[in-house]
Amino acid sequence: MSFLEIKDIRKKIGNNEILKGINIELEKGGFLVLVGPSGCGKSTLLNAIAGLLPPSSGDIVIDGQVINDLHPSQRDIAMVFQSYALYPNMTVEQNIAFALEMRGVEKAQREAAVKQVAKTLQIEHLLKRRPSQLSGGQRQRVAMGRALVRQPRVFLFDEPLSNLDAKLRVEVRAEIKALHQNTHATIVYVTHDQIEAMTLATKIVVLKEGMVQQVGTPAEIYGRPANLFVADFMGSPAMNMLKGKVSGANGQQSIALFGNDGVRVAMPPSVTTSLPDGKDVILGLRPETITDAGLVDPQARATAQIEAEVTMIEPTGSDTFVTGKLDGATFTARTRSDVHVELGQKFPFAFNLDKAVVFDPQTTSRIE
Amino acid sequence: MSAANETVSAGGARTARYFIYGALVILALVYLLPLYVMLSTSLKSLDEIRGGDMLALPRDPSVAAWVRAWGEACIGVSCVGIKGYFWNSIKMVVPAVLISTLLGALNGYVLTKWRFPGHKLVFGMMLFACFIPFQAVLIPMARVLGTFGLSNSTTGLVIVHVIYGLGFTTLFFRNYYEAFPDELVKAAMIDGAGFFRIFWRILLPSSGPIIVVTIIYQFTNIWNDFLFGVSFSSGTSSPMTVALNNLVASSTGVKEYNVDMAAAVFAALPTLFVYVVAGRYFVRGLMAGAVKG
Repeated sequence: MSFLEIKDIRKKIGNNEILKGINIELEKGGFLVLVGPSGCGKSTLLNAIAGLLPPSSGDIVIDGQVINDLHPSQRDIAMVFQSYALYPNMTVEQNIAFALEMRGVEKAQREAAVKQVAKTLQIEHLLKRRPSQLSGGQRQRVAMGRALVRQPRVFLFDEPLSNLDAKLRVEVRAEIKALHQNTHATIVYVTHDQIEAMTLATKIVVLKEGMVQQVGTPAEIYGRPANLFVADFMGSPAMNMLKGKVSGANGQQSIALFGNDGVRVAMPPSVTTSLPDGKDVILGLRPETITDAGLVDPQARATAQIEAEVTMIEPTGSDTFVTGKLDGATFTARTRSDVHVELGQKFPFAFNLDKAVVFDPQTTSRIE
Repeated sequence: MSAANETVSAGGARTARYFIYGALVILALVYLLPLYVMLSTSLKSLDEIRGGDMLALPRDPSVAAWVRAWGEACIGVSCVGIKGYFWNSIKMVVPAVLISTLLGALNGYVLTKWRFPGHKLVFGMMLFACFIPFQAVLIPMARVLGTFGLSNSTTGLVIVHVIYGLGFTTLFFRNYYEAFPDELVKAAMIDGAGFFRIFWRILLPSSGPIIVVTIIYQFTNIWNDFLFGVSFSSGTSSPMTVALNNLVASSTGVKEYNVDMAAAVFAALPTLFVYVVAGRYFVRGLMAGAVKG
């Protein structure tokens, strides 16, 4: 049974429909990440769950209880804000204890709870300080402490890492992940960063223009994106999108890539339906499925070797991203860093088509 | 080429700076001159004032005039000094300043954090209060005070000043709270604090600078007000400013300039005190309200 249910949530502000019927379910202890570009409605949805911005229609259910009409304080939720929203006039200790104080918890009990949380987050030495005396990472931790101390049914995170620098972001991200693994808390997390979504979530919801594009585990979202938008948004560098045409020669379907004098590759295993001959398709290939010949997965069933001109080389240290160009189409390959590549060279790229996906250019959906 | 230019411009800047400071010193002296004349005259004897130079230092400084102004000078027909009126003013100013500041803060809080349809219109109408000249409201105000039986009372004056000050105090606090992050209010809401609790525990403790600005502004305005004082009070319930006028205008016997000056200094002391104590927060608060972030 799902713990958090979002049923057909719609939100209109003026004539602008921000959420167009959102349906999501999350099991207890799940980590739901709402991800999408800015303006997709993910923060609006989070605020609707928090009760800060009531939806125009639809239901929000926590543990079987419809909470639509409950005040934010009565929903048994806690929220971590992007700006941390620490009360500037209070010490860290008072900040963490404030919610308990408002709920009439006795002082001794409050102090014990604060101490417990401070220990978990390793901020015991900061308790007497004010927010202005803390660094970004410390503030972030205090904000989490303020949420943790309540032991709410659902935690809400609103882009909590976007104000941190790159290194700290990775650290705190790992801390949040560890926190979830240790406490089994139910979390809804909003971000525009697809890497955060991939690393943290047990369930990802990709939103665009107020509509759910896909719901799934990180592996599903990454490996089997529902449409071109999801495929392009998730993953860095982005998925290669190659135009092709279906041809059914010899009773076995294949896709002709790179125009007429290009190459023909077998229909990837992800497609089970039979497509009409001559149909335009888009072949989606993650950069790691295009490599140098030495890195081909020996278990791959459908492979192809294609020579193309090298137009860009981007070494990352661990791998090198090589951009190839053939018949006006470009693609990014991920090769070993010690492979010798030169600009302008004709390089033999190895395509692993096992994990390739095929999209319909008209509907933008993935073809199965 | 460029080095030469720099020297020229640096020299030019220095000359300009001397000029600016020189002008500032001269202007400061001009502004301080009346205060100097007031203080020195109040310490002189009547003979010395009549015979001497207005700008000269007192030959034989004495506080006799101050004592007379405080406890013996004649205002109208009663010769008990200005001390009673001084306390009248205090009794009027303190509640009027506190109430108008608190209500202004509450207004600013509602107009920025609990917005309702038409909040802009309401704010606009409150701002309008800042532009209505005092004289225009005298007769309606007198009618209202009369209806409620508050004419000639300190309570009536307090109410008048609170109402008239609300436009300004609301403006100050609204602009200050406009820059106050909404997320803090949301966080407090989730934490379980209600309307007044959020105001009292989160916003007000963070409003130090703007409270100082508002208090200085309101205190100066209300203490120095003459028109409302002279219109809505009479006799022994008058505020200091009205009493000072009556003292100076009393035409029995000799004109005691030294007593007049001493009384004027008494009238100016409280505002001076407020500026000295809280003045350094004044500019800071004005800036904090005006600039976001």
